[in-house]
Amino acid sequence: MLSLSAFTRRFLADPTAIGAFIVVAALVAMAVLAPWIAPHDPYDPLQIDIMDSEMPPSWMPGGEERFLLGTDPQGRGVLSTIMHGTGISLLIGIGAVIVQAFIGVSLGLISGYRGGWIDSFLMRLADIQMSLSTLMLAIISLAVFSAAFGPEAYAQYAIFFLILVIGVAEWPRYARTVRASVLAEKKKEYVDAARIIGLAPRIIMRRHILPNTLTPVLVISTIQVAEAIVTEAALSFLGLGMPVNRPSLGSLIRSGFEFIFSGSWWITLFPAIVLILLILSINLLGDWLRDTLNPKLRRGED
Amino acid sequence: MALLEVRGLEVAFPQGRRAEALALRGVDLDLEPGERLGVVGESGAGKSMLAFAILNLIAAPGRISAGSIAFEGRNLLDLSSDEIRKVRGDRISMIFQDPMMTLNPVLTIGTQMVETLQAHRRIGWDEARKLSIERLAQVAIPSSETRFDSYPHELSGGLRQRVVIAIALLTDPEIIIADEPTTALDVTIQAEIMSLILRLCRENRVGLILITHDLGVVAEATERLMIMCAEKVVEEGPTRAIIDTPDHPYSRGLLAALPQRSERGKPLNQIPGSMPGIADLPGGCAYHPRCERAYAGCHLEAPALEAHGPRRVACFRPLLEKAEA
Amino acid sequence: MHILAFLIRRSAQAVIVMLVISVIGFSIQDQLGDPLRELVGQSVSEAERDAMRDRMGLNDPFWVQYFRFLGNAVHGDLGNSYFFKKPALDVILAKFPATFELVIGATLIFVSISIPAGVYCAINPRSLLARAIMGGSIIGISVPIFLTAIFLIWIFAVELGWMPSYGRGETVTLPWGWPTGFLTRDGLAHLVLPSISLASIMLPLFVRLIRAEMMETLGTEYVRFAWAKGLTARRVWFVHAFRNTLLPVVTVGGMQIGTLIAYTILTETVFQWPGMGFLFLEAVNRVDTPLIIAYIIVVGLIFVVVNTIVDLVYTLINPMVKLPGAQG
Repeated sequence: MLSLSAFTRRFLADPTAIGAFIVVAALVAMAVLAPWIAPHDPYDPLQIDIMDSEMPPSWMPGGEERFLLGTDPQGRGVLSTIMHGTGISLLIGIGAVIVQAFIGVSLGLISGYRGGWIDSFLMRLADIQMSLSTLMLAIISLAVFSAAFGPEAYAQYAIFFLILVIGVAEWPRYARTVRASVLAEKKKEYVDAARIIGLAPRIIMRRHILPNTLTPVLVISTIQVAEAIVTEAALSFLGLGMPVNRPSLGSLIRSGFEFIFSGSWWITLFPAIVLILLILSINLLGDWLRDTLNPKLRRGED
Repeated sequence: MALLEVRGLEVAFPQGRRAEALALRGVDLDLEPGERLGVVGESGAGKSMLAFAILNLIAAPGRISAGSIAFEGRNLLDLSSDEIRKVRGDRISMIFQDPMMTLNPVLTIGTQMVETLQAHRRIGWDEARKLSIERLAQVAIPSSETRFDSYPHELSGGLRQRVVIAIALLTDPEIIIADEPTTALDVTIQAEIMSLILRLCRENRVGLILITHDLGVVAEATERLMIMCAEKVVEEGPTRAIIDTPDHPYSRGLLAALPQRSERGKPLNQIPGSMPGIADLPGGCAYHPRCERAYAGCHLEAPALEAHGPRRVACFRPLLEKAEA
Repeated sequence: MHILAFLIRRSAQAVIVMLVISVIGFSIQDQLGDPLRELVGQSVSEAERDAMRDRMGLNDPFWVQYFRFLGNAVHGDLGNSYFFKKPALDVILAKFPATFELVIGATLIFVSISIPAGVYCAINPRSLLARAIMGGSIIGISVPIFLTAIFLIWIFAVELGWMPSYGRGETVTLPWGWPTGFLTRDGLAHLVLPSISLASIMLPLFVRLIRAEMMETLGTEYVRFAWAKGLTARRVWFVHAFRNTLLPVVTVGGMQIGTLIAYTILTETVFQWPGMGFLFLEAVNRVDTPLIIAYIIVVGLIFVVVNTIVDLVYTLINPMVKLPGAQG
């Protein structure tokens, strides 16, 4: 395991990592502080005036100071909706990863430690799920949910459906990673020692093996958050995700898309830029984390 | 002029971002036509590195940092990549250690033999095929015609190594470098394969550089011997002389460690400690921390390889007097 | 002989998988809404509805209904689309050529770029071009496909006006009833942007995959031996290394089918490309249940067939799998 000081030293030495971290931190801060720092509240019907719709950004002709980045077809400020939308995207991304991690780590521990038929079964299931791809599973599941519940009820619970579906779809990745760690640890002597003392398997798994599997889990978690955000954006863009009145960045792009042809490009461009920045910087950070924490890649530099 | 003359060969590997460590620290080697030379040492002593360096096959980020390799008068290190390609596999062939990994699993044996011939001379497929099948018969592979079209995984380890030997001899090379050719094989087959290599080298007047950690094999197979320790040569000379009367303490330690040399009922002789890594060499002679004859001077300066009778030894207190060597 | 045995075994597995999919599909259909609602008006009384249900067999036990469904399905009858009032399967299959040609267009692009790019990056990992390609691939992975598509439309269709922005354009119907866009200039023009969009998301994946596998192959003992034999660089790279790289690439590539189908749905949505994916989303919006189920089943079938083909190809190109059991 890398010491905290060595870790910080490497981090400060890498400009890409620092840059990516700053961008992520800024976007997260923007999202968290949105209720206070956004110029308008896009969810308050009293604040929205249809006469304000489709106004260009403030620096262009026809734009106004109070709507810095222009307005959407309902008259909501683009800047405000982006600020809130980023929060929703992040919420779903992180929520989904927590679900994935919980399911995946548990199943991975069981699979690796117990072995036998339960291992074969779970890994076979994981294989099938992975080859179906998360996006496809999510599209089909959400399509069925939305057809079953009807659009209004679906819109109300959309955020839970999204977290649930993306969470359940991606557990195989965590399970495989943890299982590999468990198999490696199982061969080590301290596990035999614990078993001889008579500790229950559950305790051995939790207290002894689990801490050693945490590094790889941490490494993939960052990239998984980016993955989840991309998946959610795609689903919302298809209309299977967050509804228009409580939009994530993906739904914003969806509602703005048709207006590209009529010339109101700002409704799509700004959410798109924020989305790309968010995903790119999380990916860069995740890549850096993976390279740093990978024991095989370290070449005796510290 | 010897057929192969290596002088002061050094191989360097980067350590961290700025430093380099030497995986071969100034090695000299001479080989006459048809001569059989053994290179012996513990794992990690640099023996394989020497083999790959001679053919300039050191993989990046390693590099040859100093020295010369004169083959038939030409320095191989000065050659262009096309010229060195013509030497490899044609004038100087190699036999690798593990035949499981040496042959490409998705290509037939025949393909891997014919391509060697076609890389070095203008020869049609049919003729190349005929030559290859002849060679396969020479290395005592039964049903060589059908084997030609087999895949490597269809052959046992011993047969696979025979194929590798056949490939090495296909182009009638001047020298064969065999890097631990029998280590990965079953004990029962090792002797067979070794005697096959020796017989073919003798029959075809091919020089042999045999790299191994097995002193027993080397005693029977080679005329001259080089003992390597910590990326350097510490003793070098006629095989029989070194085996009967080792001059360098390390050589004696190696010989004493042979199970045949131990006494019944007593623990096996061991050289205490282990080989230092290339990044943590002690000052002076690399062997002195493990040497029972070490004195103060051994720590200050590394001994150079000096003539000691018909052999050469790198030690400040060799075991033999100059007259005895 | 072995190939025959392999095909028989895989066909049996495929049938089992399709059965599972059909059970899932039928269960969904069973839960989703009431077919009666679509067929009769509001004024029909409850008693009459019940009688109709009985006659239609909708009150029968689950398994009876399922086997009826299965029997129909095997004959190609997956019910009628509520919206189109035509057999659901026919509606879906009518859109198949459009989706298929889009996938072909994208595959041609990304295969012809990713192989040279991946191989080059593996052979010269430190070169400027290689670093640029790898850097580009991180950006490529981070830009969601629908954004790439939108940007392409915006720049090339709206601002520059070079390419059409939606639809399939003019098609020519081949003798066996397949409308193709490849034979007309208009059709090809419509194919360009969607194919590039779809390819753009598969490219970074494959370039990185090929590069990684090729680099690993280049480090093997047998490649080292090939160098030691004095073979030319071209032969070492393309005969020894690349052949072995293909194996894991085919395997991993085969697992991307699900991803490809999903990305196709996204592309079709952006470009309003009249394919199966676009049709599926419309069906979801209209809650056209038979069409939704039919799509799931067709996609399941495609998935199974493609996986079988990929496995077959793998068996053919990997000599170690061909003759399991024969020893020297």
